[in-house]
Amino acid sequence: MSDADVLEELPGDLMIWVLIVSELLVFGAGLVAFLAVRITDSTGFAEAQAVLNRTGAGINTVVLVTSGFLAAQAVLWRNALRRGAARIALIAAALLGIVFLIIKGAEFAHKSALGITWESHPFFTFYYLLTGFHAAHVVAGVVLLLLVAWRDTSRNIEAAAAFWHMVDLVWVLLFPVIYLLQ
Amino acid sequence: MKYQTQKIALAYFAVAMALFAVQILGGVLAGYVYVMPNTLSELLPFNIIRMLHTNSLIVWLLLGFFGAAYFLIPEEAEREIHSPTLAYLQLIILVVGTLGVVVTYVFNLFEGNWLLGKEGREFLEQPKWVKAGIVVAALMFLYNVTMTVLKGKKTAISNILILGLWGLALLFLFAFYNPENLAVDKQYWWYVVHLWVEGVWELIMASILAYLMLKLTGVDREVVEKWLYVIVAAALFSGILGTGHHYYWIGTPAYWQWIGSIFSSLEVIPFFAMMAFAFVMVWKGRRDHPNKAALLWSLGCATLAFFGAGVWGFLHTLHGVNYYTHGTQITAAHGHLAFYGAYVCLNLAIFTYAFPILRNRDPYNQVLNMASFWLMSGGMVFMTFTLTFAGTVQTHMQRVVGEYYMDVQDTLAVFYWMRLGSGLVVLLGVLLFLYAILVPRREVISTDNSVAAE
Repeated sequence: MSDADVLEELPGDLMIWVLIVSELLVFGAGLVAFLAVRITDSTGFAEAQAVLNRTGAGINTVVLVTSGFLAAQAVLWRNALRRGAARIALIAAALLGIVFLIIKGAEFAHKSALGITWESHPFFTFYYLLTGFHAAHVVAGVVLLLLVAWRDTSRNIEAAAAFWHMVDLVWVLLFPVIYLLQ
Repeated sequence: MKYQTQKIALAYFAVAMALFAVQILGGVLAGYVYVMPNTLSELLPFNIIRMLHTNSLIVWLLLGFFGAAYFLIPEEAEREIHSPTLAYLQLIILVVGTLGVVVTYVFNLFEGNWLLGKEGREFLEQPKWVKAGIVVAALMFLYNVTMTVLKGKKTAISNILILGLWGLALLFLFAFYNPENLAVDKQYWWYVVHLWVEGVWELIMASILAYLMLKLTGVDREVVEKWLYVIVAAALFSGILGTGHHYYWIGTPAYWQWIGSIFSSLEVIPFFAMMAFAFVMVWKGRRDHPNKAALLWSLGCATLAFFGAGVWGFLHTLHGVNYYTHGTQITAAHGHLAFYGAYVCLNLAIFTYAFPILRNRDPYNQVLNMASFWLMSGGMVFMTFTLTFAGTVQTHMQRVVGEYYMDVQDTLAVFYWMRLGSGLVVLLGVLLFLYAILVPRREVISTDNSVAAE
């Protein structure tokens, strides 16, 4: 099998995979930087982390993973020619994305009410940068899911689902490292 | 030459090469002032020489890009350029503007005049009337090439090229916005400077390189296009937020240190991809194109761009490193090899490819042109090394030990002498290149005694 064939086999489109790999590099580098700075001030990081709302973030993990499951179902249903079911799954996945954003927004609002900004501590610089960038990707993902619910070719749905799984994956990495790691 | 209007490129390339010679002469003079500081200090101060060196570079590269567009768009779109008259008028405006800048700066005319006087904002020094002229010329250009492509065949190469050129023109508009606050001024200034060379110029570079690879190696267009899209995506993904690596110390919020460090580190990727692209195409290609010199310049471009822009850029892009190296000779080392590799070599590659076709002259002077590649590139690489060593010593003595700036400069003299020497080698290379491109009419080395050498 030549290189060209491997690229053809990718679900969705080559370009979405270029984007996914790039995003993973960025978030990966961000997490590595976070962990590196954490070594220099582990007590400060632990104190700052105690302020975070772990329950909210835990619920958000369930919300996002469920949403990812629905997006994956949509791909299967579309391929089985069940277009209506696929569309409903995509819209439901997008709605769960919005639920994630509402919970996330409440979390940011709470921090802000406590007077915590990105300048308060290096921990919060990374917290706002990484989860903020991630939330921006959730917004993009919601738009993408709704777009492919409208223009519902298999290829489109595969591309959107691949992107959405990347958003999922990044959250599943951010959550333990930022919220839980003691 | 398939299309008559491709001839327009000849005029652009000719002016570009003249300015190239001016740029290198200015560079050698500036290098001489570094070791003999009082040279021409009254007549032509260093800051003016430096301005001429950098601005003539930018203008000739732009003229080269415009010329390249006029050369390759007819072939890609399969039709003549919409209006040749407009294209020549555009060139005249640009030449008048360039002369205007030189005269204004050298004789310091109209000091303080908002429209006619010098502006003194690095790289955007042009008096306002010249800036306006540039915008008019850019609009004429965009109208002309866009009309050509819209009426003709649309290919990935011409689409990306036009996207890059539109971006170039639109971003230049930030040159008109010059806020009082120095931090805000710098912030917008980078919208032009960074988003040009690390954003839209990369699109132009990738598309011209793709065109050259298509012609020189004979690889399928489909394969070339796939590479092109990936390179462009990687360039924009990393380059746009990579602007943050200029926002470390200008008064912008500290989170830029992380955004800039992370995204600009990824700027290596498109340059690596361009190098991989060029070599894979040559390796896969079946065509044995006679213009070996154009291929040498193309491969040299991709390779030296990867080292100059990619590796030397990464060297000082992380904010923890840049805290020490900022504004030292490390920056000069990176600037020289990056511009040379990415944009000078690219232009010389397209000149080398296009000139024999434009002048209907086959076969080409390969040997002299290829020798000029090695002279110029060898000189530039040596200069990069000397400046890197100078920058390392400077960073240590000035930023770590805390010696005074001028005391440190005195100790760097040996590097500056070597830099001057390598600059002279580059100048020789340029003269040889110009000779090889412009003068000989026939240069196949013949074993037949009856063929006279020309």
